[in-house]
Amino acid sequence: MNSRAIEILVGLFMLLFLGAMFVLSMKVSNLTSLSSTEGYTLVAKFENIGGLKARAPVAASGVRVGEVTSIVYDAETFEASVTLSIDKSYDSFPLDTTASIYTAGLLGEQYIGLDPGAEDDVLQDSDEITLTQSAIVLERLIGQVLFSRSGGS
Amino acid sequence: MSDFLQRFGHFWIAIVERLGRATLFLFQLLGALFSLVKRPALLIKQLHASGVMTLSIVLVSGLFVGMVLALQAYNTLIDFGQENRVGTLVALTLVRELGPVVTGLLFAGRAGSAMTAEIGLMKATEQLSGLEMMAVDPFKRVFAPRFLAGFIALPMLAAMFSAVGVLGGHLIGVEVLGVDAGAYWSQMQNSVSFVHDVCNGLIKGLVFGFVVCWISIFEGADCIPTSEGVSSATTRTVVYSSLAILGLDFLLTAVMF
Amino acid sequence: MRMTSTIAMSEDGPTLVQIRDLHFSRGNKAIFRGLDVDIPRGKVTTILGPSGTGKTTLLKMIGGQLKPSQGSITVDGLNVGKLKRGQLYELRKRMGMLFQSGALLTDLSVFENVAYPLREHTDMPEALISHLVLMRLHAVGLRGARDLSPSELSGGMARRAALARALVFDPMMIMYDEPFTGQDPISMGVLLELISTVNKALGLTSLMVSHDLEEAMSISDYLVIISEGVVVETGSAEALRASSSEWVQQFLQGKPDGPVPFQAAAPDYETELLGESRVSR
Repeated sequence: MNSRAIEILVGLFMLLFLGAMFVLSMKVSNLTSLSSTEGYTLVAKFENIGGLKARAPVAASGVRVGEVTSIVYDAETFEASVTLSIDKSYDSFPLDTTASIYTAGLLGEQYIGLDPGAEDDVLQDSDEITLTQSAIVLERLIGQVLFSRSGGS
Repeated sequence: MSDFLQRFGHFWIAIVERLGRATLFLFQLLGALFSLVKRPALLIKQLHASGVMTLSIVLVSGLFVGMVLALQAYNTLIDFGQENRVGTLVALTLVRELGPVVTGLLFAGRAGSAMTAEIGLMKATEQLSGLEMMAVDPFKRVFAPRFLAGFIALPMLAAMFSAVGVLGGHLIGVEVLGVDAGAYWSQMQNSVSFVHDVCNGLIKGLVFGFVVCWISIFEGADCIPTSEGVSSATTRTVVYSSLAILGLDFLLTAVMF
Repeated sequence: MRMTSTIAMSEDGPTLVQIRDLHFSRGNKAIFRGLDVDIPRGKVTTILGPSGTGKTTLLKMIGGQLKPSQGSITVDGLNVGKLKRGQLYELRKRMGMLFQSGALLTDLSVFENVAYPLREHTDMPEALISHLVLMRLHAVGLRGARDLSPSELSGGMARRAALARALVFDPMMIMYDEPFTGQDPISMGVLLELISTVNKALGLTSLMVSHDLEEAMSISDYLVIISEGVVVETGSAEALRASSSEWVQQFLQGKPDGPVPFQAAAPDYETELLGESRVSR
């Protein structure tokens, strides 16, 4: 085979690779919403985070506005301290916004939902969301139901 | 008893000696890489030999692996009513594990063994000695282009494998089994991270490419220059490369994910 | 530049390659045990010896591909074993070597094979390369085969193409590794003719290892017979024929038995037979 044909084939090979990278970055992964990592951070403390993991979505009214960047256990308050990264275009959450841990579907992944409050001042970078609602842990819920049933009868 | 001990000792000394030779060989190989700047044509030729020639088998395998994954994932997830997550499962499995690993194994079998056989035959027919006597360094002209080309080609092939696999999963999951197309792609996008999954998969591909090419070229250059020696070197390339890929995959996964 | 250096070199003595007290062993087997050889400049020298005496090894050592474990090899005043990589490569540019198999690069055509050293080491324009290559190919009679691939050549043609490649850089010496092995009478004749013409026409030094006696003796000015790692006899073909050494006579006439025994070293046959029968009884 002459070198011209080889060069053309290698060129096509490169193009195919670029095509594959396009599919992997735009269709398969979340590169399109990567801008959310360039947002500002908020901290929220939860009594119990259930199965929440880093990189879980953060949503307001069901719209994705950011993601969880890290989860650590705070030994002083005995709570889980969750760092959120919020897209900088959503910079007007009131100070009394509530952060809750929800589950998508019965067995789906867990995410954080933000419910805006009514204050005029807005949350700034590295502020803490003070109003939080922990995850609903299924075992605990079932336990409560069983306990109240047996207590009632 | 002492006979056994002697053979055992001999066995290990031989292994250590070989590893030492392979390491020295690698340093010489890496040192010769810079000379490629002046000779890109050599690299393109080898990209054709190791990349383009391996492409068809990688694409076909990727398509089928993606289709099988979608089928299996669907059959398992339907019991939990989670068949919308077929895309997530297919994409994560491909991008993180099967893409680099299966591509690495195919590459070792297709391009790695060819490299060993070619270099071994060049040694057996005195072509390598001939180059040296013409004052041409075989490391620069023969080994380095093959090494760099394989090192680049493997992650590229792995990316194509994953992309085709995801499309194969779409074919079976969405077109045949009736998963909602929007759910297939959006669930996938929500769970697959470009940096953590796609890029780590590419890094795995680079590591596998490095190791497979190192083994292939060393085995070829170190073989006994007879037809029997070349054939056993080719076999060793495939065996060692496969073991190295699977072992390293475990280590990399433990570190990355 | 090459011209002046050739002139300068021809002044520093009649010996091009000087081998002194050479020792080399492979594994536990000693191949050379104190070899002393002088290769005269501008002549055809042949190293003769039975198979397995390390003749090819000697060529590789002169070319610097193997290092002696003791002793020295001096080529044109340079100690090959002690040279740095760059110096060794510079020296190799002035040596040509013809391998038994030809060692042509299988992925290049005959033309490209001959052009290869020029392309690697010089920035000559394409027209000049083409001239030089065709000149060499014409000299070995393969100008018409320039576009063939090495796999399409016969053994003799491959060796001639390799000779053209070895000559393309105008070397000061050329080494032939068993050039006559496995050749039919015609290509043998062609090679013999080529080797001696090339030597005379280009004024270079030819060093050949061989065990084809008649052919080697017919074109060599000087012969060296080695055996068991040492030199047994040296001299011109006539001198060797007149040698009083029984060993040399056996080698030259190809007698099956003599100082080199027909039997591989073994215990006495009679005692072994008797010992055997005693056991079986």
